[in-house]
Order: sequence, then C-alpha cells, then structure tokens
Amino acid sequence: MFHRESGYFKTSYQADMALYPLPIAKYTIWAFLAIFFVACPMLLDEYHLSIINLVAIAVVGVLGLNILVGYTGQISIGHAAFMSVGAYTAANLATKLDLPFWLTVPLGGLMAAFIGILVGIPSLRIKGLYLAIATLAAQFIIEWIINHTPSISGGVAASIEMPRPVFFGMELANQAELYYFLMFIMVIAIIGALNLVRSRIGRSFIAVRDQEIAAEIIGINVFKTKLIAFAVSSFYAGVCGVMYTYYLGIANYENFQLITSIDYLAMVIIGGLGSILGSIFGAAFITMLPIVIRLWMEAFGSIFVDDAALAQVIAQFRLIIFGGLIIVFLVVEPDGLAKLWQNIRNYFRTWPFSY
Amino acid sequence: MEWQFLFELSVNGLLTGMMYALIAVGFVLIYKSTDAINFAQGEFVMIAAIVVAGMATNYGFPLIAAIAVGLVFMIVFNLALERFVLRPMIGRPIVAIIMATIGLALVLQGAGPLVFGAGTKPLDIGVPDEPLIIGPLFMTPIDVVGAAISIAFLAVFGWFFMKSRKGVAMRAVADSHMTSIAMGINVERYFALAWILAGVVALLGGLVWGSAIGVDTQMAALGLKVFPVVILGGLDSIIGVVIGGLIIGLVEALAAGYVDPFVGGGTKDFTPYVLMILVLMFRPYGMFGKPIIERI
Repeated sequence: MFHRESGYFKTSYQADMALYPLPIAKYTIWAFLAIFFVACPMLLDEYHLSIINLVAIAVVGVLGLNILVGYTGQISIGHAAFMSVGAYTAANLATKLDLPFWLTVPLGGLMAAFIGILVGIPSLRIKGLYLAIATLAAQFIIEWIINHTPSISGGVAASIEMPRPVFFGMELANQAELYYFLMFIMVIAIIGALNLVRSRIGRSFIAVRDQEIAAEIIGINVFKTKLIAFAVSSFYAGVCGVMYTYYLGIANYENFQLITSIDYLAMVIIGGLGSILGSIFGAAFITMLPIVIRLWMEAFGSIFVDDAALAQVIAQFRLIIFGGLIIVFLVVEPDGLAKLWQNIRNYFRTWPFSY
Repeated sequence: MEWQFLFELSVNGLLTGMMYALIAVGFVLIYKSTDAINFAQGEFVMIAAIVVAGMATNYGFPLIAAIAVGLVFMIVFNLALERFVLRPMIGRPIVAIIMATIGLALVLQGAGPLVFGAGTKPLDIGVPDEPLIIGPLFMTPIDVVGAAISIAFLAVFGWFFMKSRKGVAMRAVADSHMTSIAMGINVERYFALAWILAGVVALLGGLVWGSAIGVDTQMAALGLKVFPVVILGGLDSIIGVVIGGLIIGLVEALAAGYVDPFVGGGTKDFTPYVLMILVLMFRPYGMFGKPIIERI
C-alpha cells in the first residue's frame, strides 16, 4: 500500500495474481493490523471507536456492492433491501431460537444471498437502466413485505430488539467490546473479496462487465456468473445488515431504506468502481462526512443562522454537500479515491529522481 | 353501488395516470435524445414548483410573473446542467450517469428548502377546490385540469416530433448520434434542447401537482412514482408513457380501493412496481421500448 515498487516488473502470472506483490506489502498489512487491533482500542475513547465500528460495517456493505456494480457491471439500487433481509433474519434467529452470533451472521448472509439470487434472475434479460429500476422495485417490494408481515418484522413499529453478541460467555455490550467483533468480520470480508476478484470467478465477473457477448464466446456462462455476483453481493449486504443490527441493538427497516442504498452507491462511486481499496476509502469517507459536516456546522454555523434553525440547515447542507461531492467526483475524478491514491503513489514511485 | 365505486375509482385513477404521464414524458425526452436517465426528474418538478410558489408567497409576485421566473430558472438551470455535468459524462458507464443525476437530486432536495423555506407552500393556479359532481361521479377539479393540460401538452408534443423541423432533427439525434452529425445536425444543441424541454415539462408538472398536493420536498417522491410508468411503456416511447401512465394510474386506484382494506394500506406505492417487474419479465424493454441490439 505504501511501498514504492520502482524497478519491479512482474514476469509471471503468479506474480501478477499474488496478494502481496512485495514482502514490504505484507509488513504494511501487519502494521495496519497492529494499529487497528492494538493501538486504536487502547488510545481512542468509546465515541471514536463507535465511528470506526460504523466504517467497518460500511466497508462490508460497500465491498458487496462493488463486487456487483464495479466488478460485474450490474447496477443495483436495492442494496439496502438485502441488508434488511440479513438484519431481520438474524434478529429473528437470535430472539426466537437463541442462536449465537457465529450462526446468525452467516445465516443472515445466506438468506440475503438467496433473495439476491431471486432478484438477480431477471438480469439475464433485463439490462442497463431497466435492470437499475428493476432493483429499485426490489427495494420497495422487499421493504413492503417485511413491513407488512408481522412474523418477520416483529409487529409493532416493525422493529426487533437484538440481544448482544456473546463471545465465550462474555457479553459484548459496549462499543469498545463490539469493536473487535466488527473489525474481525470486516477483515475476513476484505480477505474474501481480495481472493474472490483474483480467482477464476472474479475474472469472469470482470469479463462479463467489459463485454458480455465476448465473455459468452470465450466460454463463460454469463447467467451463472451474474447470479453468483448477485449472490455474493447480497451475502455481503446481509452480513453488513447483521453487523449493523448487532451494533444498534435493534433491527429496524427504517435504517435500510432507499436513501441507504444511495449512500452505498455513493461510497462505491467515490471510493472507486472495481477497487477493493477504493471500497474501504469510500466507506470511510462517506461514513465520516456527515459527522465532519455536523461538527463544522455546529462550530461555525451559528455565525450565519440562529440556533433554532440550525438543525434543519445542517440536514439541508448535508444533502447539498453529499450530492455535490458525488457530482464533482464523477466529473473530475471518475475513478474515485482509489485513483487519487494511485496518482499520489505514482508520483512518489520514482521520487525524488523523476527523470 | 359496487359498479359505481369501480367506475369512480377507474375514472379518478385514469385522471391521475394522465398527470403521471406529464412527468414521465420528461424522462423519455432525456433518454430518447441523450441516452441518459434522469433520476432527478421528480426533483426538477419539485424545484420548479418551489420556485414558483416561493416567488408567489415569499416575495408577493403575481402568479404569471412567478411562473415566468420559474420558466426562466428552469431553462437556465437545465442548460447549465447539460453543459457542466451531463456533457462530460457522455460515454461513461450507465451507473455513473445514474449516480450523477442522483447526486443532483440530493443537491436540489437540500437547496430548495434552504432558499425558500422548508414549510409546505400553497400553490393556487385558480382551480376551485369543491369536488366536481357529474351524475354519480365525484372528481377533483385539479385532477381534471391536470389531465387536460397533460393531454394538450402531449398532443403539442406529438405534433412537434412528427411535423416540425426541430422535432424531426431530435428524432434523428435519438436514433443515431453519428449519423446525425454526418447529416449536419448540431447534436450538442439538440441535447441542450432536450434538457430545456424536460425543464419546461417539469414546470408544468410542478404547477399541476403542486396545486394538487401542496409544494414541499415530498413532491420529489413523484419521481419514484413515475418510474414504473416509464418502464412499463418503454424508456423511449411517448405513446408508451401515455399508456403506461393510464395503466399505472388505474392499477394504483383499484389497489387502493380493493386491496388496501385487507392488507392494511400501502399497496398504492407497491403494486405499480410489481406490475412493472411482471411486464419486464416478458418484455425486457417495456411495452413500446426499442430493443437495444448489442454488438461486439
């Protein structure tokens, strides 16, 4: 990530597919793990840890959406609906059957993957903009079904209280304890995604994205590939939903509405389409953006507007800045933060002897 | 009594459907000529209505002057939009264009209330409130006026596309950008024209819907209601928009009248999407949409 690779040329396919191109990449990863697993919990207070928790949850969701949109080229505006499927599945399993987290997390993901395959089936025939709106329909339909089926949604206000995850008899009750739990799932999700996109399946995703007919001609089963992409993406979304439910302590459909789907699409776009590192950047950026805007507005906003109106103005400003950033990124840097990072690295690659 | 209920629901549903068609035609215009789908069309309608209502209530403009300001605003805004946001996006992946218009939608949702205040504003275009009673039928006057405006506008539109020189040129641009350039058509000018027309349609929609449901950010939700209409008819067909609008209006009204009592409400927002998915399964490009032929 940080190393300079001047003079390093890949000479075999194995080198091209390696997770760590150079030994130093491995050391960087270990350093990051040390920072996030040892230093952060020791140095930061509970509020800041809860923000990192939110980022970790978002990273899992964005990875899923990026696999579908960035790698396979299928547009989905219904990502939040899959999260709600995972969330409600896990909440029901945890409250009715008393299942522990190491079962509810994968089962929530699997249920979401199953629904994702159902939604993905039309993608063989429906393409492009029509598919985008078909997934929008899925968002509304899933939301409506959950909301109107008391046995899924738990009746009153469509919310289920979620028991805290229990780890070897220790209840993970506060943010600092949840931190390890959520970070651990995030690390597994990142490793899974990294390995997926360099495997045969991941390469066929990219082939389908770049030229569907050409991919079919070289022997890729396009329909199967698309369904796998939908399933993997929804699995990630479902796990993300379960994580969020454990984080909040409650499963509620209001956290998984259309605006959440749009948030995640924005994370993919701003982070960088078809980039794992970009997914992490995008998730961190968009998760922290509203927090930073709120802090700034609370610090400087009272100069321009009186305090009574401030809350509303903050909400409106947030929409404007959020929407404006999406547009600016798309027009100025379509490959997102990942590409910006790449540019910085390329500049320093031969620094200080550029010529 | 039962038949009368059905009849009343159907008539009102069809009227609402015509009003949906008025907004939906904005999507079709943009898609036909520039191959972009505008997720902010609902927000265009909202911002046009907010500008007109804001000018009329906040600054005491007479209605005609407020509408004129709204018209100028929509034209200038859409021209700038086409030039600085959408033109750099030509040739990008579809998801990029979708996200750009979604970003635009968010900006408009924040900016409208920031400038003109967040409260719901009345918009009175001189249509009486008392229900219109023809025999056994109850109708809301604004629905009738809205449907009439919609039909009149779509007729003018049909004439424009079929007969006028500019309309024919626009159809040519929609058909093939390259051929149009070769034939000496200034494609970029027609892109701009398409966006201007979409802005004018949004203003009309904003006037009609604003006086029907009041002007606030809730109006933006109309954009979501109109998606099934556009997809049902096919993204690039004006006839499809009218028929799609009528079908969706009818289905919505019937679902609200007959299904809602059994499942506890909300079917109105949901049945159009189910219907849309069913149609897409059999006709992937809507009822009248032009299939896209893929080549390597």
